[in-house]
Amino acid sequence: MFQLVIDRRLNGKNRSAVNRERFLRRYKAQVKEAVARAVKGRSITDMENGESVSIPVKDISEPTIGHGRGGVWESVHPGNEQYTKGDLIDRPKGGGGGSGKGKASNQGEGEDDFVFELSREEFMQYFFEDLELPNLVKTYLAPTHEMKTVRAGFTSEGTPSNIHVVRSMKGAIARRIALASPLVQELKRLQEELERIRLDPADRSEEIRRLEEEIHHLRGRILRIPYLDPFDLRYINRVKQPRPTNQAVMFCLMDVSGSMDEARKDMAKRFFILLYLFLTRAYEKIEVVFIRHHTQASEVDEEEFFHSRESGGTVVSSALKLMLEIIEKRYPTNEWNIYAAQASDGENWDDDSSICSELLIDKIMPLLQYYAYIEITDAPEQNLWHEYTRVKERHRFFAMQRIKSPADIYPVFRELFKKQQHSHAA
Amino acid sequence: MTETVHLPAQPEQTRRKRRARTRRPLPSPSEWTFELIDEYHAEIARVAERYKLDTYPNQLEIITAEQMMDAYASVGMPMNYHHWSFGKHFLMTEKSYRRGQMGLAYEIVINSDPCIAYLMEENTMTMQALVIAHASYGHNSFFKGNYLFRTWTDASSIIDYLVYARNYISECEERYGVDQVEELLDSCHALMNYGVDRYKRPYKLSLAQEEARRREREEYLQSQVNELWRTLPKRAEEHTEQEPKRFPPEPQENILYFIEKNAPLLEPWQREVVRIVRKIAQYFYPQRHTQVMNEGWACFWHYTILNTLYDEGLLSDAFMLEFIQSHTNVIYQPPVTAPWYRGINPYALGFNMMTDIRRICEHPTEEDKRWFPDIAGSNWLETMDFAMRNFKDESFIAQFLSPKLMRDMRLFCVLDDDSRDKLEVTAIHDDSGYRYVREKLAEQYNLSQREPNIQVWDVDIHGHRRLTLRHLQTRRRPLSDTTPEVLKHLARLWRFTVRLESVDAQGVLVRAWECPYEKRV
Repeated sequence: MFQLVIDRRLNGKNRSAVNRERFLRRYKAQVKEAVARAVKGRSITDMENGESVSIPVKDISEPTIGHGRGGVWESVHPGNEQYTKGDLIDRPKGGGGGSGKGKASNQGEGEDDFVFELSREEFMQYFFEDLELPNLVKTYLAPTHEMKTVRAGFTSEGTPSNIHVVRSMKGAIARRIALASPLVQELKRLQEELERIRLDPADRSEEIRRLEEEIHHLRGRILRIPYLDPFDLRYINRVKQPRPTNQAVMFCLMDVSGSMDEARKDMAKRFFILLYLFLTRAYEKIEVVFIRHHTQASEVDEEEFFHSRESGGTVVSSALKLMLEIIEKRYPTNEWNIYAAQASDGENWDDDSSICSELLIDKIMPLLQYYAYIEITDAPEQNLWHEYTRVKERHRFFAMQRIKSPADIYPVFRELFKKQQHSHAA
Repeated sequence: MTETVHLPAQPEQTRRKRRARTRRPLPSPSEWTFELIDEYHAEIARVAERYKLDTYPNQLEIITAEQMMDAYASVGMPMNYHHWSFGKHFLMTEKSYRRGQMGLAYEIVINSDPCIAYLMEENTMTMQALVIAHASYGHNSFFKGNYLFRTWTDASSIIDYLVYARNYISECEERYGVDQVEELLDSCHALMNYGVDRYKRPYKLSLAQEEARRREREEYLQSQVNELWRTLPKRAEEHTEQEPKRFPPEPQENILYFIEKNAPLLEPWQREVVRIVRKIAQYFYPQRHTQVMNEGWACFWHYTILNTLYDEGLLSDAFMLEFIQSHTNVIYQPPVTAPWYRGINPYALGFNMMTDIRRICEHPTEEDKRWFPDIAGSNWLETMDFAMRNFKDESFIAQFLSPKLMRDMRLFCVLDDDSRDKLEVTAIHDDSGYRYVREKLAEQYNLSQREPNIQVWDVDIHGHRRLTLRHLQTRRRPLSDTTPEVLKHLARLWRFTVRLESVDAQGVLVRAWECPYEKRV
């Protein structure tokens, strides 16, 4: 028997998903280009939104055989107002007088680009394609004390807030039935007997009184069966299970001395945001620590980090020291994946740069998954850069790049995190 | 089997019930409910039966806007194989829908048995009733009755066939890789319009048969192809009796069919994919031939059925106002002077003609009696049924377009000859022009006029295996600029050089394209 009205709203959702994916796959080059362009032009706050991608119509057209413009066409149109037979009309501009009924417009003027929206997921996918987090292995597999609570059946003891009502009531019903049914049967038997005796013409008031008493007594017993007994109560049981760490902390270090102007800070911010977004793809939980420094370093919140302005000199090691301190205090390395990104204009007290590199090589780098240093400047390289080059030679997961304009941010980012084929060879 | 499920079983009871309800219209809130749809449907079915509409059983499916866009993208079918172009169409539809540039069509109806009509969740109750009348009774009866659909499509097996096609193509994707299949489909799609038989009746599509016979066919085909391209010398007596002129001996119009049977290097699975595209093209062939009639018929019936219900007192005024507004939008024909004029609206022309036929039957004028002696004053239901069953757009217009309608629509005919500076008005809606305008309008709906006439002409079977197609020019009309692109696709299927010759009416070669097969690395 077939059904007349069928509600299809719940099934077959997103049926075109495969076709959409096929489409994106075919135009991957254009999509990637659009994503790269979007990253350059965008403000950071909407980095996580989708993006519209435009592809020239001629690239996505499906050719078919048709008539082109020219030759003889004779066509019928509605709405004649003034013409009579034999009238001559000027050709309308840009068309063959409606001949071919718009077929010609497939090739001629009016070629708009085909624009469509990438969803946020798709955008991020293309955005971070071919990139990977280096040195992910270590803490990923390490056992930790992180616990997860999971449901594990029911218990008969627990806190009132965990009472499972349905389960408890089921138990109560079963108990009531089990306890009451022999009594009810007995009651029924006595009542029947009482009926029988009452119909007896002989005087049996004694027996009647006795039976009535018994019935009264039985009714009382049935009523006294408790509706809900503490014995019935069942509680939801929860147990704790250990789970592997999947959390990271990201340190953002930035020079806020007078030489870092708004434009440079903005570039730094974009870089940090990229790193943050990238980390969100690998880790469930991410904490961000902002450390800014001039001659002294301090931990601040995001707002202050990006917007307040200081002046004065620069001592980079102050920030590194503070970072080390915070790691030791709050982020034990067996529980946390630690990333750090440092942005600076490359200026530093001459004496301080060597301290920085010592600190990094000996103390900090062994604790970290990855350290990215970006120098936002177009000036020649200074001593900090040279010192950091030494660090890079010692540690594989130390990376450094120079950024001159906002347009460099994305390429530099890609360069830093691009997949390394040989990374597992060792 | 017609839809009788919701018609009350006993006529006496029905009549009493109907009279009782006549005073009280059906509720018409803007929100629909399943109960209301059932109720409206029952009334519409009753009226449709009274007008003797013969339909496949109906199945109404409620879907969301997104699902409607899905259905749009896969050319209106409830399922289809996967291809990037469907993704493209989905994105295009989605974009214009989101921006509000375009309302989604109220309905999609599938020529299947049972006939599936989609009702969009967002529609108001009025719209749902309109769609039910339009699709489930208008289009449905057209699918069942019109000779082209009866000849060329098999409503009972199309869904099965699509399931088969999708599974087969995904299987190929798994076995030979998505890219290979996608390329092949691209090429087939480019030639889809040249994958139909116009004069032969195709086999019925049946899932069981298709599955059972596929392997057999593949083997057989391959052996045939091998025979054709055999390099061993033929036996002497064969050689003397034949003097090969051309292969194929007769020009062939179905290019995809020719490829499927004769392309030398295609593998069996590739032939099957070509066949699938060809079969689906064939299924849509009648629709392309009957757009005006089909839409006109459906519009005429939703209009007639709902007005009948209104006359019976079953529909509220609010319902009618909303309905008439939608109806008017659908059948609006902008005049040629309007900036948004995009040619003749098939809904408008079709609806006007259907309404006009009824008028000619019921209230013929002297003019009608002169022009349509056979139908003037006849039973309108029978005449319209006859027209619906036995015509396609071209012949329908040639037969039934009346002078009155030409005057009402102010139709006129413009000649655009690229060898002349100006356009010429060759006929208008007056006594001397009626026949000419009608003839030209009918011609306009002749598919073989609208599409270039291209046929498989020759294969160089003794030499380089070059395939030659011939385009017979109609009134000096050239081929479009995309032709070389299409030839590339054809070469990809044929695997050898492909040549296309444009020949004018005198048989003189006007232009030729040649496309070598480029092997991709």
